[in-house]
Amino acid sequence: MRRILEANIGLVYLFLYTPILAVVVFSFNSGEQISVWEGFTFGWYAKLFEDEALWRACRNSLMVAGVATIIATLIGTAAALAIERHRFRFRTALVRVLYLPIIIPDIVLAIALLTFYVQARIPLGLITVIIAHSVFNIAYVTIVVRARLQGYDNTLEEAARDLGANEWQTFWQITFPLIAPGIIGGALLAFTLSIDDFVITFFTAGVGYTTLSVHIYSLLKFGITPKINAISTMLLANSIVFILLFLWFQEGTTSSQKQGF
Amino acid sequence: MRRNYHLFILLFPVIFWLVCFFLLPLASVFIYSFIERGTYGGVRWNFTLENYQRLFDGLYLGILWRSVATALICTAICLLLGYPFAYYLARYRPKHRNVLLLLVVVPFWTNFLIRTYAWILILRTEGLLNSLLGAVLPNWSPLELLNTPLAVQIGLVYGYLPFMILPLYAALEQLDMSLLEAAQDLGASPRHAFWHVTVPLSLPGILAGSMLVFIPTVGAFLTPDLLGGGKVSYIGNVIERQFKTARDWPFGSALSFMLMGIVLVGAVLYFRALQDSESTET
Repeated sequence: MRRILEANIGLVYLFLYTPILAVVVFSFNSGEQISVWEGFTFGWYAKLFEDEALWRACRNSLMVAGVATIIATLIGTAAALAIERHRFRFRTALVRVLYLPIIIPDIVLAIALLTFYVQARIPLGLITVIIAHSVFNIAYVTIVVRARLQGYDNTLEEAARDLGANEWQTFWQITFPLIAPGIIGGALLAFTLSIDDFVITFFTAGVGYTTLSVHIYSLLKFGITPKINAISTMLLANSIVFILLFLWFQEGTTSSQKQGF
Repeated sequence: MRRNYHLFILLFPVIFWLVCFFLLPLASVFIYSFIERGTYGGVRWNFTLENYQRLFDGLYLGILWRSVATALICTAICLLLGYPFAYYLARYRPKHRNVLLLLVVVPFWTNFLIRTYAWILILRTEGLLNSLLGAVLPNWSPLELLNTPLAVQIGLVYGYLPFMILPLYAALEQLDMSLLEAAQDLGASPRHAFWHVTVPLSLPGILAGSMLVFIPTVGAFLTPDLLGGGKVSYIGNVIERQFKTARDWPFGSALSFMLMGIVLVGAVLYFRALQDSESTET
C-alpha cells in the first residue's frame, strides 16, 4: 500500500514538472525547432530584448494588472470589513453575488461584459480590460481579507474604542496593521491572476490593446518559434518570485500572530 | 447613526461596482439571448426564442454532452490522482510537508497559456514523447497525439490538478488520527476504517475539489483551442466562435446562459451535499 502511495507521489510530481522543465531546457536550444535539441544558446533571450511588440504587451499587462489590483484591493477590503464587522439585512445576498464572478466560467463573464460594453457604447480599450479584471479580483481580495479578519476577534477594536479612539484612529492603529498582511496577500494574488488572465482579456480588449497573455496566444496560434520557450521561462521565473513574496508575507503573519497573542 | 454612515462608506463601492459591471452585464447577455441576429453580423431588436430552440439541435446537444463528459472524466482523474497524493502528504513529516505542498502550488501560479503550450512541446508529432519512444523502441512510428480529445483531456487534468489537491489536503490534514485508531481498536480492518472513517470525514474536501475542477473545465476554451486544434468542439469553443468569427451574438449569448445554468446547478448541488455532510457529522 505504502509503495503504491509513494509511486503515486512520484508520478504526480513527474506529471507536474516534466512539461515545465521541458520548456525551460528548450529555451536554451539553438535550433529553429521548438522541441528538437541541437545545441546550447542564449540567443532567444537576446532576441526578446529587441522585440518591441513584446515589451509593449508587457507594459499593457503591468498597467492593467496594477490599476485593477488597486481598485480591487480598495473595494474588496472595504467589502470584507463590512461583511465581517457589521450586520446588515442583505449580507448573505451580497456575499453570494460577490463570489459569483469567480463561480461562473470565465468565458461567460467575458461575454457578459462584452455585450454590456457594446450596448452601453463603451469603446473597447485597456480601460474595459481593467474594469473586467477588477470584477473577478474583488472576489479574491475579499476572500483573503475576510480569512484574515476571521483570524482574530474584534475585542481589540472594542478596547481601542472604549479607551476613546474614534473609528478612524481605531481603523488605522488597530485594524489596519492587523489585516495588512491579508491585504498585501490579496493584492499579490489579484495581480498574479490579472497578469495570467487570457480569456476575459481576449474578449474585452480593443483591437491594438494587446496584453502579454494575448500576445503569447497569437504567437501560439500563428507560428510557434523557440522564442516562446524563452518568454515562458522568464514568466516562470517571475511566478516563482511572486510565490516567494506571497509566502514571505503569510509567514510574517503567522509569526507575528504567535508573538502578539 | 454614525455606524450606519461607516457601513455605507464600506458598502457603496462594492455594490456600485457589482451592479454596474457584473449584474448589468449579466442582464445584457440575457437580453441578447432573446433577440434576432442581423444580416451582417449585427443584431435586430426583435424578440425571439429561436436561439434557445437551436440549443436543442442534435449538434449542440452533442457538443454540450461532450463538454460535460470531459469535465466529469477530468474531475474523476484528478480525484484518483489527487486523493492518494493528498492523503500521503497530510501524513508526511511536517517539516518537509510544506515544501512538498509548495511544489504543487508552483504550477498553479504559472501562466495557464504556458502550461498548456508545454504540452504542445511534448505531444506534437515531432515532440518529446514521440522522440523518447522512438529512441527506446526501434520500430516506433510517431503517433499523432496533438489535436485529439486525448490531448485536451491531458491538458485539462494538468491545468486543474492543483485545484483538487489543495482542498483535499486541507481536509485530510485536519483529520483526527485518534478516530482511525479507535476504529481499528474496535476491530475495523484498515480498508474498512479508510472507507468508513477517512473518506466520509474528508468529504467536504472531495466536494470542494470536484467543484473547483468541474466548473472551469466544463466551460474551458483555451485548452481545447490549443491542444484540440479546433478539430473537436467543446461548448467554450462554440461560444468563442459565435463572438469572434461567426458573429452570431444572440446565439452565443444563449449558449453562455445555458453554460452558466449548468454550472449554477452544479454549485447548488455542491452546497446541498456540503450541508448534508456537515449535518451527518454532528
